[in-house]
Amino acid sequence: MPVIELDHVSHAFAEGVGSRLVVDDVTLTLTEQRIGVIGANGSGKSTFARMLNALVIPTTGKVRVDGLDTASEARAVRRRVGFCFTDPDAQIVMPTVAEDIAFGLRRRRLAPAEVAARVDAALGSYGLDAHRDHPAHLLSGGQKQLLALASVLVTEPDLVVMDEPTTLLDLANTERIRTVVRGLAQQVVLVTHDLDLVDDFDRVIVFHEGRLAFDGSPGTAVAHYRALVR
Amino acid sequence: MSTASVYVPRDSLIHRLGAARKLLFLAGVAAASALVREPWQVGVLLGLALALYAVARLPGRTALAQVRPVLWLLVALGVFQWLVDGWARAVVVVGVLLALVLLAALVSLTTRTSDIVDVVVRLCGPLRRWGVEPERVGLLVALGIRSVPVVVELARQVRDAQRARGLTASPVAFAVPLVVRSLRHADRLGEALVARGVED
Repeated sequence: MPVIELDHVSHAFAEGVGSRLVVDDVTLTLTEQRIGVIGANGSGKSTFARMLNALVIPTTGKVRVDGLDTASEARAVRRRVGFCFTDPDAQIVMPTVAEDIAFGLRRRRLAPAEVAARVDAALGSYGLDAHRDHPAHLLSGGQKQLLALASVLVTEPDLVVMDEPTTLLDLANTERIRTVVRGLAQQVVLVTHDLDLVDDFDRVIVFHEGRLAFDGSPGTAVAHYRALVR
Repeated sequence: MSTASVYVPRDSLIHRLGAARKLLFLAGVAAASALVREPWQVGVLLGLALALYAVARLPGRTALAQVRPVLWLLVALGVFQWLVDGWARAVVVVGVLLALVLLAALVSLTTRTSDIVDVVVRLCGPLRRWGVEPERVGLLVALGIRSVPVVVELARQVRDAQRARGLTASPVAFAVPLVVRSLRHADRLGEALVARGVED
């Protein structure tokens, strides 16, 4: 498993004339396979997730993934870290299902046969076989999220970060995503409001007003989060 | 959004033909169409277009669906030409445009976007020396095609939101939220592209 290290990390967004601190002095080392991140809206958990993929570079402090500094080695970090967003429509780039899965492989300079084999395997694994040449915009919400996930996983990242992947989904599709996540061999960092989704995770951290409010097992973390809201 | 002009997988001669050849053929027909003067020539051109749909094993209603979005434009243009230049000219102008729309759509219907992107990337290869990145131009084409249904869906959402609040059709009240939503979508798409390693 890659080691994720945050060393006194803070991040502030410019807001009007001043700035707003969204992540406030977080120090963490994550080595577990499945890590859940919960917290209220605006608590800093999405910004934290984006830091792991170098989409956000902290204003102070260092983030390292497997020893790679996200500020100076962003490309190498992104090659290892796959990112799945809340809204699949914003991350599906190509017009049809198979083309979108192949998109992430375009730049890997793989032989066409290797690309085809990987795309076939991904279509099969995520139940998208029958939709291979379908326009992506005609898929259901759940199928779109599965496609987004398949497109990320086909590049074989060492770490998969997901930012609320089930927020727009119904119960059945949430269960499908849960099954996929459970079956992943990679390290997973999952940000979610769906507390059931992380109940069998190895470690759950709670963000509150930009700070790390709790860090522990799923049961105690969820209890802590509920106590914060009350 | 209808499925107009989106790749339809079939096992046909035209589907198997390379994207570059199809695009070249389309460009050739478009250039040659400037020479069409007589209504019977228009008949030949339209006949050719429809025959190619048959060869591609696409049904007549698919051909019809390609024309529907431009139908009123063609009708208006036809009436104008008829009044100004007579019926023969109207038939030629409308017929040629109709045939070209059908043929352009046929290329989209029988060619995967990634194949069209590959052609664009190859065509832009020589521009590398002037700092153009062919892969980026190809991505631009793919995103352009992919964004059409997304923006249509955003427009539908804006219209629904207006109706739900009982607002009547006002171009400004429609355009402003649509532009804002489109820009927000572009922002998120940009972020996703970076996350998917587009700068590699």
